[in-house]
Amino acid sequence: MDGLSSILKIVLQRLGLGLVTLFVVSIVIFVAVNLLPGDFAEAILGQGATPESVAKIREDLGLDQPMITRYFSWLKGMLTLDLGTSFAQLNFANFGGAGTTTIAEQIAPRLSNTMFLAAVTACIAVPLAVTLGILAALYRNTAFDKAANMFTLSSISSPEFFMAYVLILFLAVLNPIFPSLSNIFEGMAFSERLEKSMLPALTLTLVVTAHMMRMTRAAIINLLASPYIEMARLKGLSPMRVIVKHALPNALAPIINVIALNLAYLITGVVVVEVVFVYPGIGQLFVDSVKIRDIPVVQACCLIFAAAYILLNLTADILSILSNPRLRHPK
Amino acid sequence: MSSLLTMAIILAAILGGAYVFRFAGQKITNNAPMFRDMGYGVAFGYVLAAALLIWAIWYYFQPLETDAGMKNAGVQFFRWAVQGFIIAAIAAFLFRLFGQFVGTAGTRKLFRSMPLTASFGILVILLYAIVAIFAGAIAPYGQAEILGAANVTAGGDPALGGNPEYPLGTDQIGRDILSRLIYGAQNTVGIAFVTTCLAFFIGGSLGFLAATLQGWLDQLLSRSVDVLMAIPSLIFALLLMTIASVWAVELGVPLTIFMVLIIAVIDSTRVYRLARAVGLNIVVMDYIEAAKLRGEGLGYLVFKEILPNAMAPLLAEFGLRFCFVFLTIAALSFLGVGIQPPLADWGTMVRDLAPFINFAAFAPTAAITPLLAAGAIALLTVAVNFVVDWMLHKSSGLKE
Repeated sequence: MDGLSSILKIVLQRLGLGLVTLFVVSIVIFVAVNLLPGDFAEAILGQGATPESVAKIREDLGLDQPMITRYFSWLKGMLTLDLGTSFAQLNFANFGGAGTTTIAEQIAPRLSNTMFLAAVTACIAVPLAVTLGILAALYRNTAFDKAANMFTLSSISSPEFFMAYVLILFLAVLNPIFPSLSNIFEGMAFSERLEKSMLPALTLTLVVTAHMMRMTRAAIINLLASPYIEMARLKGLSPMRVIVKHALPNALAPIINVIALNLAYLITGVVVVEVVFVYPGIGQLFVDSVKIRDIPVVQACCLIFAAAYILLNLTADILSILSNPRLRHPK
Repeated sequence: MSSLLTMAIILAAILGGAYVFRFAGQKITNNAPMFRDMGYGVAFGYVLAAALLIWAIWYYFQPLETDAGMKNAGVQFFRWAVQGFIIAAIAAFLFRLFGQFVGTAGTRKLFRSMPLTASFGILVILLYAIVAIFAGAIAPYGQAEILGAANVTAGGDPALGGNPEYPLGTDQIGRDILSRLIYGAQNTVGIAFVTTCLAFFIGGSLGFLAATLQGWLDQLLSRSVDVLMAIPSLIFALLLMTIASVWAVELGVPLTIFMVLIIAVIDSTRVYRLARAVGLNIVVMDYIEAAKLRGEGLGYLVFKEILPNAMAPLLAEFGLRFCFVFLTIAALSFLGVGIQPPLADWGTMVRDLAPFINFAAFAPTAAITPLLAAGAIALLTVAVNFVVDWMLHKSSGLKE
């Protein structure tokens, strides 16, 4: 009971810390955007800005309010999923376009596409990385381990787009197995969707697997020096049994941690990969908005990325606390 | 469907082959320990490796043109890759041999204990440095020079739309790709190097300062770094670049300078963490106490007492940080918000030349240009990682 309440306290502390971090990050993002010269109103109207129209839009967007008021109304909007309207859509409306879509409507389908991609990647990468990591630890310092080391080091160090184009070259152009463009739309059959997102998923898998595998290998080798492993070995167990039965359960905490951290890493990797394969995810939307300086969309995407990143890091933290008996039962 | 069946048959053959291999080994060598104690997994690994090797040799010697007169581009790429790998291995071996006999006693000893990967890494870094420094003398044309013909394909074969004067062809507005690749070494690597140095200067001095002074300054800096590190770095860089691109127009300053500053600040947070951690271990030493009692100033403490003693971990970190910065800059340029034209840069080149990949099946030489630019980035980061990996392994003294 005592252990349970203390662990609850630690977890709650971490959660609180995560919330505070998220709050401060939202301030950083808001302030960064307010460092822009001029203001939104001029940016929206572009070259055709007259003083009257600028004043009108400033009033519409509440830009004449002080910064703190604007921050809290922005934060309130973010929390209630009212992300505002993008400049591009506003312009479209100004020039007589029919009904505009809000940022929330723009982002929602793309976010789910990105989640799908991340899920497919995780399903391939996690089992692969853990198996390969165990094998590399089991046969360490053999030709297999050295080849795996060289391969993973190379794939960690290469830029994502290099991997992506190599995969396109071999799996799409020379041997047309998967399509090189991932044009995904709503109402697509699951199998077709899976096939179209295979190449981006494989690219991300290559990058993430390398990380996870190296860390799994390191975690297990680290444990192999402990006395109880020596004991298991001396009592005549096979190397495979020593690793799976004795080392793995204790290495689980660092491995789970590694998996969560790598999912967090996926968030950054996804941006470049989505651009290469024209995958309609949130990363693609983010980069497009950065190019046309569509500030409200950039701000919203940035906050979503940061929130996901903080959340995954937090999960890694909490899982490693939960899986460590020493932290669960402090002296 | 038939290909799936073939794969299943091959897999079954390898699975069975492993049993046969182990059994035969035991019989022939009369139960030598190697075969007697071999697990099934290990036997499977040997047979799988042998099967892969046989397949690779068979594929290498496939004809370059199919019966219908089509190019067999896959074989061509495979041959290039294998040849490149063998040349790299031989070059690394010769370089190590060279290092064992030339130089001071210290470097000779270093080269003797060096794995091939590390000597390959050092060789590549040296080559890049030479190309970057003498880019102006090596490159046949200027980086922004627009030549007569646009979209000349690589290979220099006039029948395929090439031109011997431009061995790697020209890009969509007629700039020589080979020259731009060479200048790319100067721009991309140079800018990444400057950025890393700046990040180390900012992060290192603040980290040591926090370690020496501690108290509220340490708290303030550390908490700010925590917040900055909570935002994924590429995302944060993209956000700041959006804002900087407006400022760049307003102030008339090149965007590239903003990029250097932004990435240096973002990456200095990681350096700060390391410098502070290393510094905290050093400031409790007696010689720091002695220096403080002597009445030395803060600058002396940081640069004369702490810095020399923190050099080794910082150097290894410098290699890794350089890779991260280099990859971030390449990614930003690839996304179109990094190093700006007319400067030649590898990330931008990959993006501009990428459509050529689709012609790989007809003209393998044409498709290779975007991969050369991307490969140039990958090669350098791999090389730096190989060297850092070896340095860390050596300094940790681990054998397992």
